[in-house]
Amino acid sequence: MYRKKVVTTLAIAATLGMLMSSCANQAGTGTSSDTAAAGGKVDIPALTKIDTPANAVLPKGDGNATCPATTTLAYAGAETGPNAQLGINIFNGIQLAINEHNAANAGCQVQFKKFDTEGDPSKATGPVTQVTTEPGIIGVVGLPFSGESKATGNIFEQAKLVHITPAATNPTLTDNGWTTFFRGLGNDAVQGPAAAKFMTGKLGAKKVYIVQDDSDYGIGLGKTTSDGLGSALVGTDKVTTGQKDFSAVISKIMNSKADAVFYSGYYAEGAPFDQQLVSKGFTGTFVGPDGLKDDQFIKQAGDSSNNAYFTCPCIPGELIPSFESAYKTLANAEPGTYSIEGYDAATVLLAGIDAGKQSRADLLSWVKSYDKDGLSKHYKWNDKGELQAPTVYGYKVENGKIVPVGAIGE
Amino acid sequence: MLSSLLTSMPMDNDWISFDVVALGQNFWSATFDGLTFGSIYALVALGYTLVYGVLNLINFAHSEVFIIGCYAVFFTLSGLGFGPNAPHLSLAAIVLNLLLALIIAMIASALTAFLVERIAYKPLRKRNAPRLVFLITAIGVSFTIQYIIRLIRGPNAEPAVTMFKPTPIFDVFGTIVDSQQLVIVIAAVIMMVATERFISKSRTGRGIRAVAQDPDTATLMGVNKERIIIITFVIGGILAGAAALFYVMKIPSGVQYTGGFVLGIKAFAAAVLGGIGNVRGALLGGLLLGLIGNYGQILLGNSQWTDVVAFMVLVLVLLVRPEGILGTSLGRSKA
Repeated sequence: MYRKKVVTTLAIAATLGMLMSSCANQAGTGTSSDTAAAGGKVDIPALTKIDTPANAVLPKGDGNATCPATTTLAYAGAETGPNAQLGINIFNGIQLAINEHNAANAGCQVQFKKFDTEGDPSKATGPVTQVTTEPGIIGVVGLPFSGESKATGNIFEQAKLVHITPAATNPTLTDNGWTTFFRGLGNDAVQGPAAAKFMTGKLGAKKVYIVQDDSDYGIGLGKTTSDGLGSALVGTDKVTTGQKDFSAVISKIMNSKADAVFYSGYYAEGAPFDQQLVSKGFTGTFVGPDGLKDDQFIKQAGDSSNNAYFTCPCIPGELIPSFESAYKTLANAEPGTYSIEGYDAATVLLAGIDAGKQSRADLLSWVKSYDKDGLSKHYKWNDKGELQAPTVYGYKVENGKIVPVGAIGE
Repeated sequence: MLSSLLTSMPMDNDWISFDVVALGQNFWSATFDGLTFGSIYALVALGYTLVYGVLNLINFAHSEVFIIGCYAVFFTLSGLGFGPNAPHLSLAAIVLNLLLALIIAMIASALTAFLVERIAYKPLRKRNAPRLVFLITAIGVSFTIQYIIRLIRGPNAEPAVTMFKPTPIFDVFGTIVDSQQLVIVIAAVIMMVATERFISKSRTGRGIRAVAQDPDTATLMGVNKERIIIITFVIGGILAGAAALFYVMKIPSGVQYTGGFVLGIKAFAAAVLGGIGNVRGALLGGLLLGLIGNYGQILLGNSQWTDVVAFMVLVLVLLVRPEGILGTSLGRSKA
């Protein structure tokens, strides 16, 4: 008897609650301007084509390469985990390069092995140790994230195993004295200032608020970006990996009247952050780095993502027609962030194998003295393992897709 | 004195500093958001508290009971055509859709809670297993469910499902209270009051309290202990299902296999803070934990402090009152 009553009460309570919300939903349009920040969205037109180097080295080589059947390249990085999509983009790019190589070179069938780190620094040492103990593996593409790269660099160093990261951008990674670490893209010491310039320049932001997460990547990039902003920086805040509620940060942002927010971190937190920011009435621009530039960001943030711009030291591979169509056939998806970087990094290693550099030591010195164009850019490293001429691109969300808007920060 | 002490704190970035000005500026919005989150904690905390009251068991799988509810909300609403963007539906349609999602989430969570009890705990009870075994089993069940979800749905969060666009209702000292916050707090509090009344007034509620007080005597007096245990788990599940709807309402992209874990730990902390085994304590603890975490993170300058502050207060309260703020157990509470 009493139970029935309680159930009825529950139902009525719920109904009332819902009714209220919906009433509010209909009545309250156009009253949210009080807390809205100044400034609207600047629209930069999308880029439709990019130039590729005329003499780019391609994986297929001359078709006459020979190598032992045990020759193996490995990918170490996230295959699963909350930010797995970036890893998937990369190893599909590598797979494509190896497939093209093997199809053209009957005498040299390079094997490809993947090792899952989940993108987590505390889990990465196991799989990486496994990579270094397999004798057939002579070169590695990875690791994609900065934290795990920092945690595993010494293991590669001890094994004298060359590895090219297609995605890790924390500047301090090359300060460890490692001789086996090469970065296949610009670092955050390049990306941060470029992002700052992009926001205050092309995007016309007067007051920028920076929020960073607690990863090596987020902290490093947060610092270089705020240094670049100077007086346009109105506030900073820090959040944690795995955080889903950003209400306190958002209320500080609204009070600061910022017209642009830069989130230095990955999409798993960036997407709910942007979504909550917009639903609290933020009307400015949301800018994120390469860790946010993924379709997952749009998928999770929905319409809110329309205010988003991205900076990325990555090249829009989808604008290179030959690469785009081949990738699509392989992965059944458009090339994602770092697909072309993974492809190019694998190409550097494959070219070495084809040139007869088929031991760890030979391949390492091959990469060290490499000086050729790849499909995305020119590859030549300095003695620390940094690229000599990196580029940073700007991207935006348009009709539910991420499209490039051109090179920034120059 | 106090203010001079505070301003004399080193303001270097690497040092802990107290940003009183920011707290003053953001006090009300921190309060409203803290209460909103606190009510969600409280609803989940009830599940921990009820089960603890009856079985002296910390049901760590309760966070997965909650996340299954979140998935139920996600599937129901996306099946009904809700997506990342706020729907353009009539008032009645939204109400009906959300009610349906609420009911399905409640059923899904209650069913999960029931199955967890039958599969994981009942066999142990039959064998009179020591209490530690229950605890380890609970943690095992929690991970098992998490990774089953991950196998099926993958590691990424599900796409956002936005139920309605929060709109301002009124403002307090210049801070806007929106429809979403109001709905969550009011609906959650009504549900908790209803639960509390059910436990204290109904015949079944009396049974729950009797088993909590003294299972053997209660059985002798004609209370069916097994039935009471099932009902307790199911009530906890129903409330977790409701919490799931509010959680997805607040965080549309929060549906992820690990999504319940931290929230579950915090809800458990809320239950302990208020006095585990105490229904009113769960409500108080939940709201307090929500508020403290929010104030703390603004006072200390960034969100990385939310959990640190919340758990530090928990430790401090337990040092003074080891039984929690309200302390008395389910069996002895007069309510």
